Amino acid sequence: MTVSVPTSVAEAVSLLAAAPDSLVLAGGTDLMVEVNAGHRSLDRVIAVDRIEELRDWSISADRRSLTIGSGVPYSLVMDGPIAELVPALAQASRTVGSPQIRHVGTIGGNLGTCSPAGDTLPVLAALDAQIHLRSVSGGRTVSFSHFMTGVKRNSRQPDELITGVTLPVLPGWQGYSKVGVRNAMVIATASSCLAVDESTRSVRVALGSVGPVIIRCTDAEDWVVGQIDWERRAVDDGVVAEFGQRCGVAARPIDDHRSTAAYRRRAIEVLSARQLRRAFPNG
Amino acid sequence: MAEFYSLRVNGVDREVVDAQLGESLLFVLRERLGLLGTKGACEQGECGSCSVLVDGELVCACLVLAAAQSGRDIVSIEGIAPAGVSTDVQQAFVDAGAVQCGFCTPGLVMAAHSLLERIVDPTDTEIREELSGNICRCTGYGRLVEAVANVAKTRIALGGNRG
Repeated sequence: MTVSVPTSVAEAVSLLAAAPDSLVLAGGTDLMVEVNAGHRSLDRVIAVDRIEELRDWSISADRRSLTIGSGVPYSLVMDGPIAELVPALAQASRTVGSPQIRHVGTIGGNLGTCSPAGDTLPVLAALDAQIHLRSVSGGRTVSFSHFMTGVKRNSRQPDELITGVTLPVLPGWQGYSKVGVRNAMVIATASSCLAVDESTRSVRVALGSVGPVIIRCTDAEDWVVGQIDWERRAVDDGVVAEFGQRCGVAARPIDDHRSTAAYRRRAIEVLSARQLRRAFPNG
Repeated sequence: MAEFYSLRVNGVDREVVDAQLGESLLFVLRERLGLLGTKGACEQGECGSCSVLVDGELVCACLVLAAAQSGRDIVSIEGIAPAGVSTDVQQAFVDAGAVQCGFCTPGLVMAAHSLLERIVDPTDTEIREELSGNICRCTGYGRLVEAVANVAKTRIALGGNRG
């Protein structure tokens, strides 16, 4: 077994090029659980948590988008300037595990694991995040919808490193809600991100833990924009209820050790409806 | 394949010999370095009993790949104060009756120190959120929260002196 600790992206991608079967270790909060349980043995590990350039974030000159390095931990996203720019991402980050997990767990790690229960993923889906990947032959950017391909599957090539994500800074309400058995230290049984873009008068909703990938509720999104009184920031109670139902229909949940399909679908109906009401508080 | 590397633990460079490179920091602290204060229970980051500081950040040692930590400053419960001396947090736990079976105590003491480093005067909610990664099955948390609040109060009264 080998453990490499590169300190630059260039070094990391050449290590990956030389041994594309290497495991990329970010915060370790997913990978080490599998290792400790004996479900995964390690051969070549590239620990990327000392690459300073991945721990950086920046806002574009026009302040319309934000690029967050893959090594930025949840604890940095939770408060401060990133939280003001993308509140839903901050809320999602705050629900991840515990302080111990949030200090080391990263946005890039969430993308690398690509679990349907990954807390930041519904936010990245709702905001149409662009995922940046790098290899020795260059960089490429894919939208989140083309990045996540299945349960713990993504379109990252073996020689590629996830370097960051770019998100729009939207004018309008946004939030992340999650159902689980406790407040802390919980993996979502169902989760939902709703984001309003007042500049285009659009609503985006993405669901977590209710399908093999994060699900965008395009039918509910398209339908609801015509039902909103944008001037008064108002929606009728009936619209809120139907919006929840339409989001529930979009979910593709299963029964498993964490919950049932029926409960998950109902949870989505409630979460989405509640978020729409928060976004448009007037009846 | 046995390997060796070195870790800086509690201010001392320690050689880790005859180790497998896939071992967690929790395993290395306890089984390779004989530091038994850090407890192991869930080994999946749920219980917080293995909480240590790595470069000043509170982490679960079970989720840290030890062989990737060379050059970092690791502080375990043994390094929080000289042997035989209690920190204000440890004393406050004793005074408040926040230690019962004691298994979770080292992790909670580390978490409390980490919290009070960052937030001098935490609210009840902040204390509960910051301790949410540490499971205690005995105390019901009331006395733990009280102990941490007491430390904050005392430190403020002493004008930042860590007593």
